[in-house]
Order: sequence, then structure tokens, then C-alpha cells
Amino acid sequence: MIALLAEVPYWGQSLLRVLGGLVAVLLPAGTIVYVFLFKMMSFMQSRLGPMEAGPYGSMQLFAEVGKWLQKEDIVPERADARIFKMAPVIVLLSTFLLVVVVPFGPDAWFTDFATGVFYALAVSSVSVLGILIAGWSSANKYSLLGGLRAAGQLIAYELPMVLAVIGVVIQAGTMNLQKIVVAQNSGSMFGVDAVGHPYVISQFVGFVIFMIAIQAELTQAPFDMPIAESELVSGYMTEYSGFRFLIFFIGEFATAGVFAMIASVLFLGGWGVPFSWFGWTSIDSIDNWMNVVGPLIMFTKMMLLAFIIMWIRFSYPRLREDQLQRFAWKGLIPVALVNIAVTSVLKVAF
Amino acid sequence: MVLNLPSEKVKPLSSTSETATLVVDTAREELLATIKNSLGEAVVDSHLKPGDDLWILVRTDAWQASLKKLRDVHSFDYFCFLSAIDWMPSPYGRGEDDPTEPAPERDTTIRPGYAGGETRIQVFVRVVNSTTHIGLNVKVDVDDTTPVIDSLISVYAGANWHEREAHEMFGIDFAGHSDLRNMYLPVDFEGHPLRKDFPLLARMVKPWPGIVDVEPLPGGDSSDATNDGDAS
Amino acid sequence: MTMLGDRQQLSYIASQAADARLNLELETEGMTLNIGPQHPATHGTLRIIARLDGEQVVWAEPACGYMHRGYEKLAEVRTFPQVTTLVNRIDWLGSFANEVPFILAAEKLMGIEVPTRAQYIRTILFELSRIANVSLFLGDLGVQLGAITPVFLAFRDREYVLNLIESATGGRFHPNFDRIGGLKDDLPAGWIDETRAVMKKLRSFCDQIEDLLFGNEIFQSRTRGIGVIPRDVALQYGLSGANLRASGVDWDLRRDQSLPMMWNKADWKVWTHPDGDSFARCWIRLQETRESTKIVDQLLGSIPAGPVMAKVPKIIKVPEGEAWVSTENPLGEMGYYVVSRGDLGPFRVKIRSASFNNISITPWLLRGVYVPDIVTILASLYFILGDIDR
Repeated sequence: MIALLAEVPYWGQSLLRVLGGLVAVLLPAGTIVYVFLFKMMSFMQSRLGPMEAGPYGSMQLFAEVGKWLQKEDIVPERADARIFKMAPVIVLLSTFLLVVVVPFGPDAWFTDFATGVFYALAVSSVSVLGILIAGWSSANKYSLLGGLRAAGQLIAYELPMVLAVIGVVIQAGTMNLQKIVVAQNSGSMFGVDAVGHPYVISQFVGFVIFMIAIQAELTQAPFDMPIAESELVSGYMTEYSGFRFLIFFIGEFATAGVFAMIASVLFLGGWGVPFSWFGWTSIDSIDNWMNVVGPLIMFTKMMLLAFIIMWIRFSYPRLREDQLQRFAWKGLIPVALVNIAVTSVLKVAF
Repeated sequence: MVLNLPSEKVKPLSSTSETATLVVDTAREELLATIKNSLGEAVVDSHLKPGDDLWILVRTDAWQASLKKLRDVHSFDYFCFLSAIDWMPSPYGRGEDDPTEPAPERDTTIRPGYAGGETRIQVFVRVVNSTTHIGLNVKVDVDDTTPVIDSLISVYAGANWHEREAHEMFGIDFAGHSDLRNMYLPVDFEGHPLRKDFPLLARMVKPWPGIVDVEPLPGGDSSDATNDGDAS
Repeated sequence: MTMLGDRQQLSYIASQAADARLNLELETEGMTLNIGPQHPATHGTLRIIARLDGEQVVWAEPACGYMHRGYEKLAEVRTFPQVTTLVNRIDWLGSFANEVPFILAAEKLMGIEVPTRAQYIRTILFELSRIANVSLFLGDLGVQLGAITPVFLAFRDREYVLNLIESATGGRFHPNFDRIGGLKDDLPAGWIDETRAVMKKLRSFCDQIEDLLFGNEIFQSRTRGIGVIPRDVALQYGLSGANLRASGVDWDLRRDQSLPMMWNKADWKVWTHPDGDSFARCWIRLQETRESTKIVDQLLGSIPAGPVMAKVPKIIKVPEGEAWVSTENPLGEMGYYVVSRGDLGPFRVKIRSASFNNISITPWLLRGVYVPDIVTILASLYFILGDIDR
């Protein structure tokens, strides 16, 4: 594969990367929307979901995209038009920036930062800006309330997310996401290397905190105060319709997919299977077909984590704003700090 | 008339088979006596339907004080509702007038109901004792020329909305109610709809369809065995 | 159409201006937020004007009347049997229950004794309408708080009850089945067994909702201690139904008054709760739904044979008098004060609807709560717009 790619000129490689990025963001978004939002939620609610568009409603997403694209572009009269139009783009932008660091195979990656984790956490907070300015520029009291709630919530839950990841970094000894994947798959637990060393087991507390923090970062129930449909109509998205709402919609599920990918990289072993299955010793000795199978494995793990996220979303009522904040500051952050302390002690001791 | 009797205090008197069974409602009779005792002059008239209900008519200037006594002394702590009745029969009849023909003459003499009364509009309130579950309907006359009466907000907080509704529907002014806004009607609605001389606008706009559409009621013999229950 | 059209339009514009002036006057501090009249949370067109300071309510005031249909005025031009068509639509989710108190009042004035079979069937249909009404409440409760799944379960199981009501009366939502003197028709064949099966399904639905919603920690933390109504305040405002029993008042009109209905022939329990908060109100309604299924089961086993209609004249003229009948409707205490002058139709009907009193407590109750709690409190008080606005 590397040999193949070496013959492609630089502009071709960049084009491939851009296309790959689009696929990496939109394909999970579409799949999550269809499988979980349309079908799984419907089955949980004792109904069938969309069945008309395509076999078993599989074309429903395309139908919806087409519907939104052809709607009128409405900007409220008193809204700050330029910022109003920028806001959804900023939210989606942060998703694309985030997927750039996710490795999909031993050689199938977009960028290989030495401080990949740092970059990922930093960039994931760009979406907060988008939500805030969406709420503020809409000239609508409901949007304002939603935007303010979102600001408080998203900033509060950034901290548990960061702290949970630090445990993984300490354990792996590196911030490079590719090396974290390799460390998990080439490691062993209690001398048994048949399962590798997925950090979901040794960093279980960190995993749980990270998943809760993701749920809040995605403003999914039980943390969906900013969009609380029964109170604020649609929160910060109230005034958005048509194409701009489509971007918010895609952004919501694409971010869910990308966060699930990052979680699977950090905790489930990413694109890899335990190296001992095939007798690989280091990343260079991995066969080339792994570059094709790796993305598939990554996709599967992503769907698994997205399933958990969506399942909780459809089951739980929502927390009130102050309860939400209390949970983050008084609950998650102390536990995460203790987790870091214990991890570092154990890492040094063993 | 045979009703299921509420409590062991009510016992039927024996009677011949020709007269109806007389019911004695000891609980309500005792209650009426106690109320008349404590309210004294304020009670103008009363009406007791044994086994059913109790009405009293209270003097207009003793309205608030009587209800306060009823709440504090006689434990009528549950405020059911407050409303008004306009005792004048409607000059529009039942809204079935043919607009092409001259309006017929109608009798508009005012006859009050249970527990009497002298004015056209009466305010009545129902309060219930939450422990004995016996209710009391209290009526009061409202002066025809200046329909003002004391507000019951200080006695029952729940009277707020009911008085607002009575005010907009009947035009009664409640002295002491700080916020007599309209409850249902738009801010600048003119007139008081539930008064009998305010016509039903729907029937003014479009006459009753029964003038042309509907066949007349069947011969009204009460000895008929079957009933279809509908007017047409 | 007629002269009234133009005048109506001008008055509408003028009232809009008056409302705007009112809003401007109030904009002294904080933010004034209109929740409604079109809003996913309110059960209909209820408008709540809330002055907020951040996320806290400084004061809140419901503005009703968006659905006022003038039933009390309309009833004065209807004949007695025609009033049931109007009255069905007050509380449209438990609609058979609205007809019953009015019919009972008219029968009281006429002195008619209804055959026992009709009394049994009336009670059973009354309880079925309560189950239909409250099961929607239980599902909707989840949606107000953010849990989107229970409402689908509620609608699915409510369909069974509505099908039952339809097969007996001909109408799912507005049966218009009660007549002065009895009922319009007898029950269809096989209805009793079908009802028994549906009651089993509803009991399992109640268990599902209890598991899914009431056991959830987030639900508990959203509803416990929110919107506490002390007992004496509840009595003063005339709260009724589950709202009153949640504040610890042991009062159920089915048990505590004697009407010609068959509740005393079944063995059932009145549920109360000492807390008076939102959780208590919701919990009591859940238990009451279960009790209703038990009542229906017991009554189904003992319906006597016989006619469903007493001997009533063809043209119904109710003799002079005044009567008050109130029943324990799904929303609370609903009563009719019927004044008759011996005419074909009533002289005055005062409709005492439960939600009017239940919502009148919100200005007192909503001071100082958070915006999400407004929705929780309204959801737990449970109102139907038609019931408030009549």
C-alpha cells in the first residue's frame, strides 16, 4: 500500500486525504442516524420507524437530506446574520478537525501528531464556540437560554474528559494516538497476551468517566438541557431551518461517531487486534491487508460505543442544569483525579 | 325519588305506600342549625334538600365575614368554586328566533331559585368541609344598579381566578380584588357574555338551523315507553 | 361575512396592542419569556408569562382563554340531551367521564332511577376513560422530562382502551353515550372478555412505566421536592383529584359521596401521599390507574342482566330546581351546577372543571423555581386545556 501510495503525487495524496476525511466523518454519521436513530429507537419504542424510502427505510436519510436542502434559507430579521450563518459551520468544522488525528490502520492515518491526544481534546472544544454563538446570534430568548446552558455544560464536562484521558496517557506512556493503539494491542494483561491490553479493563473508571463526559459533550440525554425540547423548543437550534439545520444535525451525529472513534482508540484498542494473534512484533511488521481491515474494525468498535451512547439517550430523562453541574464538579472530577493518582502510583510500582 | 343514603345519620321514616319515602338528613339539619346560630342575622334564608344538598342566602354586607366564619368556625376549608347566576329569563329565548319574523314577546320577570333572593344577579359559592365531606352552597344578592360585592381572596386564595371570571362574564365588581383582569376574553372585549341580555353571538351571526332544516319534535307524551334522547 | 367580521378584526388588533403594552411595562428587569401558547410542553394552548432572572422564575402567570368556547352560554340554548355533545369536549381525553355528572344532575332533578345494569356499565366506562386519560399522562410525563420512550408505550397501550370504548360506544374520543335515564345502547357481545384482556395489558404497562420512569434516579431527582403544595394551600385553591391526595388529604369522591354509580360494589383503595411534591402526584396517578383496572375487573364479573334505559319521556323536560353533582374525574373533581326552569334545556349550567382550580395555584407555586421545573410542575399538576378554558 505504501508502495502504491508513494507513486501518487502530493496533490493526489492530499485529495485522497480530503475524501477520506469526508468519508470518515459522514459515513459514521449516516450509519448512526439510520441504524440507531431511525431503527433502534423505533424498535425500543415498539414501532417500526421509516419503512417507505428504500428497503426497510434505508434511503430515509437521503430523503431527509434532500428535503432539508431544498428548504428556504431563513435568517431572523434581528439576528446577527454573519455570525448566525457561521455557527453551524464552526460546529461541523470541529468534527472534521477531530477526525484528522484518528488512526485507521498501521499506515492509514491522516496525521500522526506526537501530541495527538492533546490536539484532539483541544480541538473538540471548538464546537462550544459554535453553539454559543448560535444561541446568541439568533435573537430569540429560547436560543439564548439554550446557548447559555450549553456553554456552562460543555465547559464543565471538558474537565472530566481530559482527566479521564490522562490515565490512559500515563498507562501508555505517550500522547501519540497510533502508539496508544500499538501499546494496547501489543501489551498483555497478567501475562496473558491473547487479548492484548485494552485500557477499557485497566482504566475502567476512566472509561466510564470518559463515556459520561462524551454524553455531555454531545448534549445527548441525560445531558440535553441545551436542546431540552419540552422547554426550549430546540434550544440554540430553534431558529435554524433547512440547510443550516442539516449541518447541525449532521454535526451532532458525526461528532458522536468521531468521539466514539476516539474512545475506541483510547480504550478499546482502535483499529487493531491483539498482535499475538498474527505474530506481529511491532508496527512495521504488520501486514498490508491490515490497512483495509483496520478501518472496518475501527468502524465496528465505533458502532459499539455509539450504540451505548444512543441507548442511554433514548432511555433516560434529562438532568436539570444545576444537577448536571453538580454531577460534573462534585462527582466526576474528584473521581477522575483519584483515578489519575492511582494509575500513576500503580504504573510506577509495577 | 330514591337515592343511596350517605351516612348512618340519615334514616328513612316509615310511610304508607302512597306517599314517597321521607328522608331525614340529621347531619345537614344540625349543620344548618349551627350555622344559623353562629351567623345569626347574616343568614336571610335557607333551603335544605334532605340527603342531597344545603343552600343558604347571606346578606350582602355580611358576605366576606360569613364565609370567614364558615371557614374558621365550621371548618369549610375546601373552596370548590365561585360563580354567579343571572335570574332574568333570556329575552332571546333559546336562540331559535327566525330573523325574518318579528321577535316574540317574552316574559322576563325575575324569579330566584333555592333560598330566595331579590336581585337579578346572585353570586354563589360552594365550600366543602374536607373531613365530613358535606358541602354548602352560599348565595348572596348583588345589587342591580351597582353590582359590587366583597372579594373572597382574603378568605380563600383560590377565589382569585373565579372572581376574575365572574367579573368578565357578569360584570360584577369585586371590592378588594387587586387584579380584576379578564380571564378568557380579549383585553378590550365589550359586554358581559353570560348575562341573559347579551345575545349568543353565534345565533346572531347565523340563525338556528332548526328553523328550516329540522323536523319538529315528536308529540310530547310522557307516557311513551321508549326514548330516543335526541331533539330531532 | 357580516358586520361583525370587521369589528372583530379591529378588536383583535387592539387587544394585541394592549398585550404588547403590558409586556413593555413589565420589562423592568430580567427577561420575560412567553412559554406558549404554541409549545411542545403545554398540553394545548396555554401561555405562561414568566419573568426570569437567569434560570430562576421571579414570577409566572398563566394566561388562559386561547381555547375558551363559551360552553356555559352554549348550554343555555341546548336541550338537555344535546348538552352531552358539548360537554364531551371539555376534558377530551377522558370524555365519557365528563358526561356523567351532568346526566346524574339532570336525573336527580327528574327523579329518575337508572337500571342497575346501566349503572354498572356507566361506572366501567367511567373507569376506562380514567385509564385512557391517565395512561397518556404517564407517557407524557416522560417526554416533559426528556425521556422520549415511555410515551410510545403509553400510546400503544392506550389504543387498546380506546378500541374498547369505540366498540361499546361508537366513538374513541367523544363517545356521547350517556343518556338521561341510562345509556344509548347495550354492550356488544364479547366486550367483557376483551376488556379483561386489556386490563391485564394495562397492568403490565403500569409495571413497565414504573420500572422505566419512576425507578430512574434522574426522574426522582427531577421530581422529588419540586413544587411542594401544603395541605391547607391545596384546600384553599380547590385542588382536587390526585393533586389533593398527594398533599395528604384522604378524599376521593367515588368513596366519600353516594351517587347512583357502582364504585362501592368493588373493593379498591384510595391512595394518598404525605409529601405534596411532583413525585407524589405522579406516583399517585400511577397507583390509581392500577386501582382502576382492578375496579373494572371486579365490576365486569357482576354486571346484572336487564335494560340499559329507564322509562323516560320522549321529550325531556327537567322540572324546576337546582342540582349539583360532582364526580372524581380523571383530572380531579368535575361538577355541574344545573339550574332548571322546567324547560327543554337548562337555565344555567355552571361547569366546575378540575384543571381551572389546579392551574390557579401556579402563580403561587412557580415563584422561585427554575425554568426546567416549570415544566415538571405543570406536567405533574396535569391539566387539559379544554378543562381550563371550557
